[in-house]
Amino acid sequence: MADDSRPDPDALLAAIQKSDAAAKRGKFKVFLGMAAGVGKTYAMLRASQRAQREKIDVVVGYVETHGRKETEALLAGLNVLPRRKVDYRGVTLEEMDLDGLLARHPQLAVVDELPHTNVPGSRHAKRYQDIIELLDAGIDVFTTMNVQHAESRVDTVRQITGSAVQETVPDSVLDGAEMELIDLPPEDLLKRLDEGKVYVPERAELAMMNFFREGNLNALREMALRLAADHVGQDVHDYLQAMQIAMPWRSGHRLLVAVSASPYSPHMIRWTRRLADNLDCPWLAVYVEQPHPISEADQERLTRHLALARELGAEVITTADAGVARGILRVARQQNVTQIIFGKPGGAGIIDWFRGGRLLRHLVRESGQIELHIVRPEQMEQPERKWRWNPGRESPFWQYGAGLGVVGLCTAVNALLFSRLGAEALALIYLLGVVLLAFGVGRGPTLVTAAASALMWDYFFLPPRFTFRLTHVEDVLMFGMYFVVALVLGQFASRMRWQERAERRREARATALYLLTRDLADAADVDDAALRLVRQVTEAFGAKVAVLLREPSGGLARTAHHASAFAVSEKEQSVAAWAFRFGKAAGRFTDNLPSASAIYVPLQTNRGPAGVLGVALEGDQQPTLEQRDLLDAYARQAALVLDRLRLDAAAQQAHLLAESEKLSKALLNSISHELRTPIAAITTAASALVEPATPAGLRGTLALEIQESAARLNRLVSNLLDMTRLESGNVKPRMDWCDAADLINVALRHNERELSRHKLALSLRQPLPLVRMDFVLVEQALNNLLLNAAHYTPAGTTVEIGASATADEMTITVADRGPGLPAGSLPHVFEKFYRVPGAPAGGTGLGLSIVKGLIEAHGGRVEADNRPGGGAAFSIHLRVTANPSPALEPAA
Amino acid sequence: MSESPSHQPVVLIIDDEIQMRRLLRVTLEGNGYRVFEADSGQAGLVEAAQRRPDIVVLDLGLPDMDGLAVLRRLREWSETPVLVLSVREGEEDKVGALDRGADDYMNKPFSTAEFLARLRAARRRAQPAGDNAVFVSGPLQVDFSSRAVTIKGKEIKLTPTEYSLLRLLARNAGKVVTHGQILKEVWGPNYGGQTHYLRVYMAHLREKLETDSSRPELLLTESGIGYRMKAEA
Repeated sequence: MADDSRPDPDALLAAIQKSDAAAKRGKFKVFLGMAAGVGKTYAMLRASQRAQREKIDVVVGYVETHGRKETEALLAGLNVLPRRKVDYRGVTLEEMDLDGLLARHPQLAVVDELPHTNVPGSRHAKRYQDIIELLDAGIDVFTTMNVQHAESRVDTVRQITGSAVQETVPDSVLDGAEMELIDLPPEDLLKRLDEGKVYVPERAELAMMNFFREGNLNALREMALRLAADHVGQDVHDYLQAMQIAMPWRSGHRLLVAVSASPYSPHMIRWTRRLADNLDCPWLAVYVEQPHPISEADQERLTRHLALARELGAEVITTADAGVARGILRVARQQNVTQIIFGKPGGAGIIDWFRGGRLLRHLVRESGQIELHIVRPEQMEQPERKWRWNPGRESPFWQYGAGLGVVGLCTAVNALLFSRLGAEALALIYLLGVVLLAFGVGRGPTLVTAAASALMWDYFFLPPRFTFRLTHVEDVLMFGMYFVVALVLGQFASRMRWQERAERRREARATALYLLTRDLADAADVDDAALRLVRQVTEAFGAKVAVLLREPSGGLARTAHHASAFAVSEKEQSVAAWAFRFGKAAGRFTDNLPSASAIYVPLQTNRGPAGVLGVALEGDQQPTLEQRDLLDAYARQAALVLDRLRLDAAAQQAHLLAESEKLSKALLNSISHELRTPIAAITTAASALVEPATPAGLRGTLALEIQESAARLNRLVSNLLDMTRLESGNVKPRMDWCDAADLINVALRHNERELSRHKLALSLRQPLPLVRMDFVLVEQALNNLLLNAAHYTPAGTTVEIGASATADEMTITVADRGPGLPAGSLPHVFEKFYRVPGAPAGGTGLGLSIVKGLIEAHGGRVEADNRPGGGAAFSIHLRVTANPSPALEPAA
Repeated sequence: MSESPSHQPVVLIIDDEIQMRRLLRVTLEGNGYRVFEADSGQAGLVEAAQRRPDIVVLDLGLPDMDGLAVLRRLREWSETPVLVLSVREGEEDKVGALDRGADDYMNKPFSTAEFLARLRAARRRAQPAGDNAVFVSGPLQVDFSSRAVTIKGKEIKLTPTEYSLLRLLARNAGKVVTHGQILKEVWGPNYGGQTHYLRVYMAHLREKLETDSSRPELLLTESGIGYRMKAEA
């Protein structure tokens, strides 16, 4: 029997190895090629076969052979996981079965085509995200990729081939990878192409032909070689770092790229990433939020740009400052940046030129030690940035209407005043109208109003009237000056209004954060905090909110916290779990699992995530940068509070532990005495019985002594067992309708012997209702009270047992005429191990605490008091609920 | 016990504690029983088949199988009375044992006098009842044929349910009848959890039959398990 329970050393070793493997991230190998057809998949499968021969557990997650015979032959003998079939708009598509692969958990997974985009509705939008998950699960991965898909090379590729690559892979994904370059001289590749050995989709044939030109291929080949070489360099670097060879950053550089909504920004971000790669240094992407708001389209672009920077491995910082240059320099100084990358101002307009120039001058003047790179924006199509007459985009049309209305009104007023005032004075009325209007409408309408008012003034009031012609030089001068003044004043008023709005928005944000902080600070426990968080976020975002908390086991809860406003389905939970695991936002409007219906933000703390906040926004509106920021701030705040509450609970637990240690000491002291005494009595008496010399008359007494001691031991053990069960929360009353009179009678019968030297007085105040209780447990409580009465009061005194009931409470009393309880001990008598000072020997101080525990497990309470006329009274109070009334029948 | 060796009743003790077995053997042999022992459930079943005991004393906590399982297997082929021994906690075990056909149970520790009395009572019940139409215990007399109930010769009027309850307990006098058994027998199989019926009727019955209903002498409560009619000629 003992042999079976010993662990098998082999099993133990296997378990250790397995847990080691799970803890480690999988190794990542990319078979890199310059273009399709160089034989990446072929090389990868060959390597997989090799691995399998080395007894490595290989599973093919997804491989596309394009029907090539030699590739297909290489699949033979490998385990191929069945693909997942996905219905998408009536077409059945095949995708890699990520969950199946994770469940199968091979040592090495083979997954073709890293840049692949998954069918909408898959867990991740991109295959590389699937692969990250595999790696994180500790599975090694083999994959393939063409160099043109590397995110940081996209610009160069477009320059070379003239076509933009749609599917890109962030360089950060490739960072940890081992690269194996599958090289083929371009002429060989072209030959293979001619021989039809390269798979080309039919519809793309022309484009492909254009792509496969020797010049292109040479350039791509060089890029592939470089990328692979860069990664070799990185490997060496990682090695040096791992071996703790001092070389913090090879160059000591730190780059900063200024990010904006400008369409040139992605180019600059990629440029910086390449420079950072070459210099082998960290880089920051900084966006300076300015007082004036930006349009929705710009907002969307900006969010995309920041996401791109993050994907490429930048640390993204958003700051607010009135001046872009000032903001950038402030961040640069704080972060010890050595080089700033800035776009060469390229706007066509004179204002852009003026503004950009000023910015650059400011940067150059103030940058001091920091180097500046002014990067030429690439000549590329300028989406949406070209000047287009697009009223209504920023300001609704009614504002233009209002502007024209004001002009009309001013003209009417002026027509009345014209006879009394000169034409010059009327300009002031127009000006007043323009300025007042500017406080209420956008820039466009202000401009239109200023222009219209100038023309009206000219047409109606400046001589010659009712023509736009101006004859006098001073009139021309006045008209010109009026126009400029109206424009400038209007602009100022408009700017002021924007600033005020921005101010108000910032204030609202600060207020919202303040409210959340204050509300959360009052939270009593984790549940309460979750409730408050849901309430505040709901209020701030007008969205449905759910919270999932970390389980004590360290994983994320399977279901949403009960305070949540929407139930998180199993599928959504897996999205939240992803966010929880990787510490990144996931779900809708994010890059991870965007098909989910809500955004899931991890509640990140220093000690790992405390949970996940899910926000289901209504409508299809992408949240603004500001909203995302606020959400992140909320998440951070909530995480801090949840963490603190958890620590509080842990501290409480530690306190309880210390307390229980104290208790167990008291227990040992008390028990050792209580155990030893009867054992000593039994041993002595039994040894005397064994002795033949013991007179026969004594034997009876000795046997009685043994019996008494054994009973005492039995009581002690029962008490200890009861206490342990109560403490561990294992006492679950089996509630049933019980008759109190019967209960008292049974208890008295059980303690007949112990109570034999006392007078008993029983008073049952009928009618007694039935009470829901556990008969056995309450009897045990009553037994303890009766035993106490028998033990602590002199023989011959009366013990009174009573029962009475009100509409909602039943009381059972055991009252004695003993010495009573000393003053000051009343509050403590039900405490564990408490013994009334001066109590006779024997007893552990457990009996009454057990009574209390048993009765409280019933939702009842116990009381102790001294009686008038001497003695103590203990009472048990139990809740009475309406009795069911069984139909009674007449006597037969 | 003053039976001759040829009529010595045979007891089988199934208990894994050697000390307990030794004590019981000494006590029982001193009182004219023949004793066989088994230290596990399997051995106990084999012994029971070989020795054909008049009564089995079964401990619920056995090393190889659950005492309740032993009882179930035994009941598949034998009607031998079984007295169950158990440590104090676990009313469920006792109720389970009684519902599965055990005749009586005792808590450890117990006094030998009580143990022997229970053993005698169980054996008496096992004897083919003389089809006696009248049950007598103390002042109580129940005539099953005429359904007449008298206390000290005075007739007591009972409702049909009260009578069924009394009859069930009287027929099993000396033996614990569990709440579940009573509810099923008297009220029907759908009344399994309706203990309050039982409490109310038991109170009525005591009111009518007991000299002092707050100190019952005939209808005894077994806490958490059921009721027992005092068996006494």
